[in-house]
Amino acid sequence: MAHDRAGLISPSTRSSQRRPGRAGRIGLLVAAVVPLGFLLLFFGWPVAAIVLRGLGEGGLGETLLDVRTWRIVGFTLGQAALATLVAVVAGMPVAYVLSRLDLPGRGLIRVLVTVPFVLPTVVVGIAFRALFGDGSVLAIVLANAFFNIAVVVRTVGGLWSHLDRRAEDAARALGASRLRAFTSVTLPALRPALGSAAAVVFLFCSTSFGVVLVLGGARFRTLETEIYLRTVQLLDLSGAAALSLIQLVAVVAALAAGGMARRRRETALRLSPAVNSARKPVGGDWWVVGAALTVLIGLLIPVGTLLIRSVSTSQGFGLAGYRALTGEPENGTLAVSAWDAASNSLRAATDATVLAMIFGVLAAIVLARTRRRGIAQLLDGVLMLPLGVSAVTVGFGYLVTLGALPDELRGSPVLVPFVQALVITPLVIRILLPVMRAVDDRLRQAAASLGASPWRVWREVDLPVAARSLITSAAFGFVVALGEFGATSFLVRAETMTLPVAVARLISRPGELNTLTAYAACTMLMLVTAAAVVLVERIRVSGGSDTMGEF
Amino acid sequence: MLVAALAGCSLIGGGSDDSDGEAARSVVLVTHDSFAYDESVVADFEAASGIDLDIRQSGDAGELTNSLILSKDNPIGDVAFGVDSTFASRAIDEGVFEEYRSPAVEEGADRYRAGDTDAVSAVDVGDVCLNIDTGWFAENDIEPPAGFDDLVDEQYRDLTVVPDPATSSPGLAFLLATIEHRGEEGWADYWADLRDNGVKVTGGWTEAYTQDFSGSSGAGPRPIVVSYASSPAAEIGEDGEPRTEALLETCYRQVEYAGVLAGAADPEGAREVVDFLLSAEFQSQVAEYMYVYPVREDVELPESWEQAAPLPEDSAALPAAEVDAGREDWVEQWRTIVLG
Repeated sequence: MAHDRAGLISPSTRSSQRRPGRAGRIGLLVAAVVPLGFLLLFFGWPVAAIVLRGLGEGGLGETLLDVRTWRIVGFTLGQAALATLVAVVAGMPVAYVLSRLDLPGRGLIRVLVTVPFVLPTVVVGIAFRALFGDGSVLAIVLANAFFNIAVVVRTVGGLWSHLDRRAEDAARALGASRLRAFTSVTLPALRPALGSAAAVVFLFCSTSFGVVLVLGGARFRTLETEIYLRTVQLLDLSGAAALSLIQLVAVVAALAAGGMARRRRETALRLSPAVNSARKPVGGDWWVVGAALTVLIGLLIPVGTLLIRSVSTSQGFGLAGYRALTGEPENGTLAVSAWDAASNSLRAATDATVLAMIFGVLAAIVLARTRRRGIAQLLDGVLMLPLGVSAVTVGFGYLVTLGALPDELRGSPVLVPFVQALVITPLVIRILLPVMRAVDDRLRQAAASLGASPWRVWREVDLPVAARSLITSAAFGFVVALGEFGATSFLVRAETMTLPVAVARLISRPGELNTLTAYAACTMLMLVTAAAVVLVERIRVSGGSDTMGEF
Repeated sequence: MLVAALAGCSLIGGGSDDSDGEAARSVVLVTHDSFAYDESVVADFEAASGIDLDIRQSGDAGELTNSLILSKDNPIGDVAFGVDSTFASRAIDEGVFEEYRSPAVEEGADRYRAGDTDAVSAVDVGDVCLNIDTGWFAENDIEPPAGFDDLVDEQYRDLTVVPDPATSSPGLAFLLATIEHRGEEGWADYWADLRDNGVKVTGGWTEAYTQDFSGSSGAGPRPIVVSYASSPAAEIGEDGEPRTEALLETCYRQVEYAGVLAGAADPEGAREVVDFLLSAEFQSQVAEYMYVYPVREDVELPESWEQAAPLPEDSAALPAAEVDAGREDWVEQWRTIVLG
């Protein structure tokens, strides 16, 4: 479930909260039951069912004692750590440019940074393979970083644009060099966001599947590819269960580290409106702009490679792939035209977004109003888990558990958006939570004491503040759902095929036209994504004042 | 505005408009990703039988087999297609299928019967063979290889690319082909020689064929690749001549089976679907749509196939039970030899 998507963490301020009244507590409990019930039914149950089945077969100890298992664990963690480092180092200058400098084209940069997110991993793997060759750790690390730079840019940049510039200016006035002012003033303030972003990127990189399969050649194996191999090819469920447990431990550790980073930030920062902190670049800023441009060019190379491939026929440039894309299915590779696949993608992503908004908003309300930190953090961690568990584990879990569901639901196309919602709900929560926490509880109490119903309180107090974050989270949830492949591929049906699944099927067929069509479908996916990001940009810009919950 | 936009494009809200044929029986066919078909043939079957064929695809042959085994107590469909000869014995032993001998198996399917059981019926056959880029060999003035033994020859150093048998089904078939060719004793040495002669291994067929192979649209550097006997039919150039060729000495036959799932909600409908898969109408389009050969003897291949991809005559195949017993060890041994 953890392939190619984002985690979003944003700055937040602390709110003054009092213990909710009895009715409020019951309301919270009800609000908590809905997202947790969803998580339990579509995630907890299937994962537990398949893992327990494996453990029941025995052989757990054998896998844990096998030296090869630990070699795989070592490689998984090592490549993820390196990729995280690359993503952070590459993301920082871009974050600086987007949050601190007043330059034209920032919207374009946001689009460019976000597009890699939705690209099917198999296609990105192939683009990187063409650039770097296969069987190289370098290619795996760079490809994983490529997907995740956006997480760093959005997370760190989100906080950076709210940091009060005066502390840094004061340090400079007292004679500190730029570097010194950055390392001793700015960096400590950013550290929580950095830690948080790094944890999420690490999570994605350590569970990435397609990238490792395509770029690792046959030589490099990670926990995720090994779980796939044992489950799908060998039906060695006990081995897969053991590996899943190891992966789960790693994921929980990464989440705990991210949670600790967030906690520190929430108590320590003074934020200012973003408008004050952007300025025209001066002097040394241009070095940073240069570094950011280098990163952007680096992102453009694989994207450009895909675009060029989509028009490179054996007779020179041509649009055959695009014609096949929009026409009727020619040779039955896809049961629907790619055009229909795009429309299916849009529809499923829309439904997934609606579902994720319902679950995410309820969860964020609960998390924001739960007074006990420990409980709130535990709940938060549990809701994030779907990002870190293997898609194969979840998918095969469905086979074991879905049998208990009524037949109509079991084979229903509605399952696809539900599973996509599982992936994007944590992202929605990450965007909304800081804003919800920033709402002054006294306003709610005042409204309630004037006789407003809980629903009315939410509508009159919370909603106006959170409105634009709601739109932002919906749009990004939508984008991520568009690109979701791992879980979708387990449930998708011929007539509801999505674009990423269509790309994967087209590219696994011989013949030039199939390959061209696959690349053309990728281009289509990128365009839809870009359009969604542009739409969000417009809403943000036209909204005037600043949003806190920024992706 | 946003709400209106949402309502317009939703699977849930959009409603299904296929609720008209209320009496139609819905039969669920579970299959793999590569299942492809001529819509009109399926529509004709649906009209004639009154069955609404609900096709659910996921993963490859291995994933399909394991899905069926995992869900056998509560089957995910009525009929399954796509379990192949490398995985068939596992599924049959697990009792996934219910015996059914379609009258249509007499028309050719019986040639590929899985042992002595009627649990599954052969629907198509595909041959995994080495493919070569004939143009490359002509240009470089090198005699093209003829079979396995040539690949370890010095003049073919660094020219071959194969998919990993652990993660790729044609990769596994090719490994089995070498085991069949060199025997239990000799295959390991053969692969050590291949490794020393610079064989390249990729994670899957896609990378090997579309990126490393010189004869595909990817125009990679290597002129020898593991693919299918039928692949040359997809690589016919503008001049109408095939640009690649399958080495028929190196083929390994994979048979794809269909069967009625034990515990199916509509076993009668499931049997009708098996009959349909074996019908002349369905069989006559499998070559064009799935790049495999029909099992029926009375069905003709497309013209381009007759020219570029005739059915190999003496393909190798190991007995399914032997494959099932040996697979894991062979793959692990192969990893040690080739990847070190």
